[in-house]
Amino acid sequence: MIRLIGELSLLTALCFALLQFALPAWGYIKKNTYLLASARTLALGQCLFILLSFALLTAAFITSDFSIAYVAANSHPNLPFMYRLTALWGAHEGSLLLWIAILNGWTMAYTVIGKQHTLPFYSLVIAILGLISVCFLAFLYVTSNPFLAAAPFQTGKDLNPLLQDPGFVIHPPMLYAGYVGFSVAFALTQAALIHGSLEREWARLTRQFALAAWCFLTGGILLGSWWAYRVLGWGGFWFWDPVENASLLPWLTGTALIHILLLSEKRGTARGWATLLAILTFAMSLLGTFLVRSGVLISVHTFANDPARGAFLLCLLTFLLTAAFLIYAIRLPTIQLAKRPPIPFFSRDMLLTINSALLFVSMLTILLGTLYPLILDALHLGTISVGAPYFNLVMLPLLLIILLFMGFGPLCQWQSLSPKTVLRLAWPLIGIASLGAYAILWLILDDMTWVSYLSLALSLWVILSVRHHVRILPGMSLSHMGFAILVIGITLSSFLNQEQEMLLHTGNAAKIGPYQFFFMGTKETIGQNYRGIQGVFDVIKNKHHIAYLHPEKRIYPVREMVITKVDIHPSIFRDLYIALGNPRHDDLWSVRIYYKPFVRWIWAGGIIMILGGIVNLLLRKTSRLHLS
Amino acid sequence: MNKIRKQRVVMIGLFAFGISLSMTLILYALKQNINIFLTPSEIHSTPPKVNYPFRLGGVVKKNSLNHFKNKLGMTFIVTDFKHDTLVYYNGILPDLFKEGKGVIAQGSFNAKGLFVATEVLAKHDENYTPYARNKN
Repeated sequence: MIRLIGELSLLTALCFALLQFALPAWGYIKKNTYLLASARTLALGQCLFILLSFALLTAAFITSDFSIAYVAANSHPNLPFMYRLTALWGAHEGSLLLWIAILNGWTMAYTVIGKQHTLPFYSLVIAILGLISVCFLAFLYVTSNPFLAAAPFQTGKDLNPLLQDPGFVIHPPMLYAGYVGFSVAFALTQAALIHGSLEREWARLTRQFALAAWCFLTGGILLGSWWAYRVLGWGGFWFWDPVENASLLPWLTGTALIHILLLSEKRGTARGWATLLAILTFAMSLLGTFLVRSGVLISVHTFANDPARGAFLLCLLTFLLTAAFLIYAIRLPTIQLAKRPPIPFFSRDMLLTINSALLFVSMLTILLGTLYPLILDALHLGTISVGAPYFNLVMLPLLLIILLFMGFGPLCQWQSLSPKTVLRLAWPLIGIASLGAYAILWLILDDMTWVSYLSLALSLWVILSVRHHVRILPGMSLSHMGFAILVIGITLSSFLNQEQEMLLHTGNAAKIGPYQFFFMGTKETIGQNYRGIQGVFDVIKNKHHIAYLHPEKRIYPVREMVITKVDIHPSIFRDLYIALGNPRHDDLWSVRIYYKPFVRWIWAGGIIMILGGIVNLLLRKTSRLHLS
Repeated sequence: MNKIRKQRVVMIGLFAFGISLSMTLILYALKQNINIFLTPSEIHSTPPKVNYPFRLGGVVKKNSLNHFKNKLGMTFIVTDFKHDTLVYYNGILPDLFKEGKGVIAQGSFNAKGLFVATEVLAKHDENYTPYARNKN
């Protein structure tokens, strides 16, 4: 029953989406007010039916309705309730439904916020969002329908144990809200191009949406990194895995976009570049979806391995992007761009431009490293993979240059300052940053390297240079500080990190950093849908008891999967991290222990970045209310 | 040429120069840091040099995993059902590592002709379960 209604409601939503695109688009060409005015209602209709399908699938998971193949493949009667709610996006079909539901959410947000626009423009934006929705709904319905019937008498194959983690509960919705949010910025840009008016209002609103999407995307990436740190058991926070890279690509272009749109909004310049970035960011979001969902990647989380899906998605991608770039190429020259005076070098305008170029290059390097193995494989030139060393090697200099310019940003004005004035402001800060970095590293590191010194000094320089702007531009200052803290976290944690893999008898101890880990023994645990063995470790520093840690090895009988559940003792300055390996016999275990100083700073920095984005969004809203 | 146009030309020139320079460096870095993927048969036909790092891929041969007594180290055999390669690894195996299932070992041959792995990855399919490589 649920299955049938769910499928019908998906189909209805697809019809609504088609109409949401076709009627307003036709109305725009014919200048027919009635057709244009239908856009909002149709969008609402689509949204309701998507919500209905979503609710039905959730209900199917809650009631363990195994007549639906997707539910049977990803749930089990013993699955805890929280994971039953979120198992919906645990695999390909459901996560696509989530993607579409979030697209509808963003469309609704636009229908409310964009009401002040003229009707043709407003409806055109909704029509473009409708077109994107049509593409993805068709993809969902044709190749990956979540409501397909199951073979009778299923017991449920359970949700993948790696995904039964609180970090996973909100990671996909957050990440998708980021990916999909950029489609509103894209739709606004395309509508503005077709409409022939790249006004400041366009820049302002596009920036609002892009910034909101950026906050979600940053949050999604952070949660993904946190999940990998806690669940994969390797103590790493970033693996340069293709799927992680896929989320970083739109983040980089999106970051460039929100910076360049500032230029378009405040100065009325760089609008061609901003439009291109908006399209590229959307393209990268689609590419990310394609890479993750098509099964072309060999990765830690390769999801779908169905060639038909890949081909379908590739067609969609080509269609949407060709259309977008055609509109860009045809319409941009017809739009009268403002005659602008040359940009002086020491001005905020120039620094924002340089920043966007650097972010763009970073994006290209990651794109190249991610796609290179795929291209070689497609051309039958051999199977290779591009590992973390490549990404670390090329991203490090780029990061350092970006940090250098980030520090100059707040010191410059929109109008140019003479280079002398800027340098006079900069020298004391550079001096403090270099000395401070030297002092800090001298205190905590035994051997200082250029890499650690430069990244720490430049991060301090960024923090010092924005400190005066906390009152005037709190959003920007917070985000920049957050980024600097993140870089400090990465630098210090990678240089101070200590790890050991060893065999440990019960009763023996391991010494890592200033800590001793006494292996006290193991005990059995049992959960709702797993059983496990838990190691007990007593952590001691200078003869003082710090904590007990209980890393676990669990077996999930439904999938016969063994997973490692690490235990972490967190604090501001260091994490202690234990993962159990394999037992040789009852009281001889292989264990992996990490002492990770400053690793929390990475996520703390990221959270501060998001806070900056949120502050920026809220402040802009109030400032606009003051004006009207 | 007026001032605006002149600046625009300079800007575009600088941009193009910057991008081409960085692309050259990046391609160089890429060339140095790719991991070639080899199967035991490929190793058999053209043995790689000593200490040349690459990724060995195949299936863990049944009953070949051999832990050293009271040491972390172990050996196992990676096979593609035509040829075998013995792998030495001193570390902790991933959860998804199973005999009879797919595996990727990053490492190189030492002077004695033993493949020493620095990293072992278990392959898995879309359901995160160990993945058996199809026999070709």
